[in-house]
Amino acid sequence: MRHPLVPALVAAAALALAAAPVPAKTLRWASQGDILTFDPMAQNESLNNTFSDYVYEGLVRYNKQFVPEPALATSWTRVDPSTWRFVLRRNVLFHDGAPFTADDVVFSFERIMKPASNMKVYAQGVRSVAKVDDYTVDVVTDGPNPVLLRQFVDAKIMNKAWSVKNNVVNPQNFAAKEENHAARNTNGTGPFMLKSREPDAKTVLVANPRWWDRLEGNVTEIVYLPIKADATRAAALVTGEVDLVLDPPTQDVPRLRQNPQIRIVDGTETRIIFFGFDQWRDETPYANVKGRNPFKDRRVRQALYQAIDADAIRRATMRGLAVPTGSMVAPQVSGWTEDTAKRLPHDPAASRRLLAEAGYPDGFEFTLDCPNNRYINDEEICQAVVAMWAKVGLKVRLNAMPRATYFQRIQKFDTSAYLLGWATATFDALYTLQSLVHSVDPRGGADGNFNLGKYANPKVDELIDKVKIEVDDAKRNAMMREVLRIHAADVGHVPLHQQVIPWAMRANVSAFHRADNRLDIRWVRID
Amino acid sequence: MLAFVLRRVLQTFAVLGVVALIAFALFNYTGDPIAFMLGQDATLEDRTRLRAELGLDQPFYVQFGHFVGNAVQGDFGVSLRQGRKVSTLLRERLPATLELSLAAALIALVVGIPAGVYTALRRHGAVAHALLAASLVGVSLPTFLIGILLILVFAVQLGWLPSFGRGDTVALGWWTTGFLTTSGLKSLILPSITLALFQTTLIMRLVRAEMLEVLRTDYIRFARARGLTDRAVHFGHALRNTLVPVITITGLQLGSIIAFAIITETVFQWPGMGLLFIQAVTFADIPVMAAYLCFIAAVFVTINLIVDLLYYAVDPRLRVERGTGH
Repeated sequence: MRHPLVPALVAAAALALAAAPVPAKTLRWASQGDILTFDPMAQNESLNNTFSDYVYEGLVRYNKQFVPEPALATSWTRVDPSTWRFVLRRNVLFHDGAPFTADDVVFSFERIMKPASNMKVYAQGVRSVAKVDDYTVDVVTDGPNPVLLRQFVDAKIMNKAWSVKNNVVNPQNFAAKEENHAARNTNGTGPFMLKSREPDAKTVLVANPRWWDRLEGNVTEIVYLPIKADATRAAALVTGEVDLVLDPPTQDVPRLRQNPQIRIVDGTETRIIFFGFDQWRDETPYANVKGRNPFKDRRVRQALYQAIDADAIRRATMRGLAVPTGSMVAPQVSGWTEDTAKRLPHDPAASRRLLAEAGYPDGFEFTLDCPNNRYINDEEICQAVVAMWAKVGLKVRLNAMPRATYFQRIQKFDTSAYLLGWATATFDALYTLQSLVHSVDPRGGADGNFNLGKYANPKVDELIDKVKIEVDDAKRNAMMREVLRIHAADVGHVPLHQQVIPWAMRANVSAFHRADNRLDIRWVRID
Repeated sequence: MLAFVLRRVLQTFAVLGVVALIAFALFNYTGDPIAFMLGQDATLEDRTRLRAELGLDQPFYVQFGHFVGNAVQGDFGVSLRQGRKVSTLLRERLPATLELSLAAALIALVVGIPAGVYTALRRHGAVAHALLAASLVGVSLPTFLIGILLILVFAVQLGWLPSFGRGDTVALGWWTTGFLTTSGLKSLILPSITLALFQTTLIMRLVRAEMLEVLRTDYIRFARARGLTDRAVHFGHALRNTLVPVITITGLQLGSIIAFAIITETVFQWPGMGLLFIQAVTFADIPVMAAYLCFIAAVFVTINLIVDLLYYAVDPRLRVERGTGH
């Protein structure tokens, strides 16, 4: 006989289970440096942007395929070629309880576009942002802008009333010598809220119980622990004092792989490491060739290219943590195609022949500028390449220097040959093509701002300028492919490889490796 | 006495001025902070504007003049990297560095002096030889290696102690202390031993050498002849007289402990001033570097002054007016 109470008990048990509090899951993670500021517009730097993603949100966000999806905006339409209308999400609350409305969007974009903002690039080409009603805004751009949504991923929305009250309408003010309140205090709409912060020691964030969305993962608390020393960082992971290390030291990765308690997740970064050469001066300053500039000759550049054994560098210098490529953009980037990414074969004999044809049968001497603390094994890569170039008769002096001095120098175009790495922040090839392949804008604009050897091809410029305003994806991609093809045929730069970035974590942790090296909390699980 | 102190205080300011000048001259070679502040996407216009706003476009002597003028008023400017007042940053980090240095200095004294006395008295004992051999290791191994070895043994292999950080701290006004929590004390052990090791061996060798010297003097022989116990001779007479050079060296070493805490702090991610300085160097954060170097110079000069004053207290001979003709 069934007891009459059984169904009621079962129902009660089910209710109790459903209502049981989610067990607290704390993710303690570490990397080399500390967060500089929590102001989402003060520093455009990878670690800072990672934490901005925890606390603040943009109108859109990336999904796992790096396609923008709705976040604070639920939908958008193009009213005319240069006007976008965004419909905002309702019932979203800031961490302090204030409701999110169109005023906050208008205010945040004004703040992003202020001179002191570091994130102006994410509002590039935006003329104005206007409120239509409480949950609708119109964005007017200077012309058609096909990458607007990608830009808006990193344009974070702050609360207007809170910012005015705390006097942080401006992102940074060095002249006033005052600390920015938003650097240490936050009020976003995002999944986590800042709880405490001790610089260089510990930053704690707790889950926002009123967030409009749900995490796919199960983290309820984030503890960030910067650990500068490589050996200590690896030790802390082994002892279990941290759950995840974003940048395990290269030399420790093979040993960590052997440890059954540690999981290594490899992923490629969109960053491409490449060499560039002075192609604009009639006589290049750091070479022994007088009266002419050897790097202006395509055959010389091709000789330099084919003398490099990218696979040997991958194996020996990078210990496998690189993917050789012939393209200036990575496969995750929209606009990349396989045919434009094929490398010219490593062929020292061809190199010597090309050099002879160009009039340098005995080679020549020049200086290669190289950073020594910017990219993975940057100086070692340069050393290896210098040795490879020596084999085809080129005598190259290596000039390695720390990043602070290096960038100051090469950005003045004060170099004959250099190594640089470039990541595609928007996951759209235009970002890279505009900065590296377009000819240099003499007024110092974004065009060619890192085209430090001043590669120039009018046909390429024309195509890139068209890509900037073409909104039809198929046509855009075809044009970007054409630019990459012409640039490869010109040997405008000598691409080398994509960096592989291993993340190390305890075996009970899983994470989705984002190609921009941000630890996205939405996809972290602790079991 | 007063004239002596005044003279030393004036010298202090001269030293600080010179340190600031040298530091500023060096900053020309640390690179361009603007590149870090604005990132790769910034336009030339932005760079020029920010450079002007920060006064970095001014010639060296003008920048230096501004720095000195503000520093005299206690204003060290704003960190280019963190956008916070440098004085606040240093004050936040001061407790961590001072607690670590204090702990290291205590270890050095508590271990170093007895070990020095012991090795002097039992010159030929096996333990004394072992201590001396061990002290060679302490003098010759670089600090960062010792730190990493300690982490490997006590954190990774044995799992007894944390490998990094300062543990939980308790705030007493603006001062944060790790002395009052278990995790704070546990976190202190490895870094303070690392930092103390060199000083310990130095003090031990110094005490031993001085003791041996003093034990050969006539008054020790007379003391023995008077039939005093070994204990009274060794500690009442010999040790007391070795202490003058020990105080000098220990005092000066306290300055080095604070200054060289940089390496220990980096290895153990100890959130002190040294770590702040290292980060500042990587990013060419000129105001932080300048303020830190001036601070360290001030510490050295102050300690020197205190040591000189302590001489007066310890050694009666120094109190005798000069010119009496020895």
